[in-house]
Amino acid sequence: MRYVDEFRNKKLILKAAGEIRRIMPDKRITIMEVCGTHTMNFCRFGLRGLLPAGLNFIPGPGCPVCVSHQSYVDAAIKLARREDTVIATFGDMLRVPGTQSSLERERGRGALVRILYSPLDTLKLSRSYPGKRIIFLGVGFETTAPTIALSILRAKADKIKNISFLTSLKLMPPAMKHLLGDKKLNIAGFLCPGHVSSIIGTRPYEFIPRKFGIPCCVAGFEPLDILEGILMILRQVNRNRPEVNNQYSRVVRPEGNPEARRIISRVFKPEDSYWRGMGSIPDSGLAIRSAFESFDAQKVFALEWGAGARNPATKCRCADVLKGLITPDKCQFFGRACLPEKPVGPCMVSAEGACNAYYRYNR
Amino acid sequence: MCLGIPMKVIRIKDNFAQVQSGRLVRTACVQMLPKVKIGDYVIVHAGFAIEIVDPKRAKETLKIVEEIK
Repeated sequence: MRYVDEFRNKKLILKAAGEIRRIMPDKRITIMEVCGTHTMNFCRFGLRGLLPAGLNFIPGPGCPVCVSHQSYVDAAIKLARREDTVIATFGDMLRVPGTQSSLERERGRGALVRILYSPLDTLKLSRSYPGKRIIFLGVGFETTAPTIALSILRAKADKIKNISFLTSLKLMPPAMKHLLGDKKLNIAGFLCPGHVSSIIGTRPYEFIPRKFGIPCCVAGFEPLDILEGILMILRQVNRNRPEVNNQYSRVVRPEGNPEARRIISRVFKPEDSYWRGMGSIPDSGLAIRSAFESFDAQKVFALEWGAGARNPATKCRCADVLKGLITPDKCQFFGRACLPEKPVGPCMVSAEGACNAYYRYNR
Repeated sequence: MCLGIPMKVIRIKDNFAQVQSGRLVRTACVQMLPKVKIGDYVIVHAGFAIEIVDPKRAKETLKIVEEIK
């Protein structure tokens, strides 16, 4: 088994979709897919067409560059403009619009911006540019946090002096809790993120069925995984017994990956964090511990963002998309003024951004 | 970013493994997986193996759909 073809098997996909149609209750049901990769694959594999019309899907806040605060992007641009820096980042940060510029535009003006596959490659970069200060833009969720933590630990062990990390690392369950406090959001179930859960396990979601009575299912990313996740949520709806199911048990253990969490807490501590569209959410982010502050770009370059900073007034509705209040096509800019080549908001930039996925696959 | 295609571990040296999917071979840090061994399939995220894929659980997941009448 290679764990790909089996979960793209047409016969099984049609069977799962048939079962969803058979057990679909006679009412409108809205499910939020929290993770941007779920949104992307849902669109990419055309799953919408297999499902009953009364079943609604809304993307959630699970796209890291989308939820990062505008002032974070501005801080990165400020660093890129310095003569003595090299900015290292995952590719999808490049075109995220800041208040006045983007990293891509700065690169066009001569800034050194390098796209890396892994934060660990920052260490190699530091040897290629011994006279420069390398800053890695660490944006992501629980899945990315241990990769940044291990890179910081390694940089410290290797006594590398010219590296720092500008992090905007966020935690999923606090954001889901925040969304549940919004009365405008009417959802019947959460499709929980697969790889975030491989780190945190299934227990951090248990408050959702217990306190809010809403079914959850952790699901994988192949088409059969997504359909099976939906099926498991509908079964919970029909039984009227909300709980946390784990469809992705081949990768996600109930206890998650304790070693990864130990690595995270060695380097980071929880802090309040600003999310685009949602404001400050208590303990929803990770701050670099003071023992590692020489690797914390925010401290090293005395940068401020988040607190007090506001996203600029624009009619771009990324914020409402991230909160699940509208689908991307309801924004007046979608597909007109806002295109993947010329994004107005971050949700159109990243491959995991809901607007980008809807634009590429759903039009 | 979460497009984790499972990759097969073909070699391990210290904290790093060679992982393979089709003709693609990459190096991944396996420090988060103390129990990883050659032949395991792992999920790779940003150059790090984050979890081992459990073949028994994978079969059970497929069975849930196979058993639908």
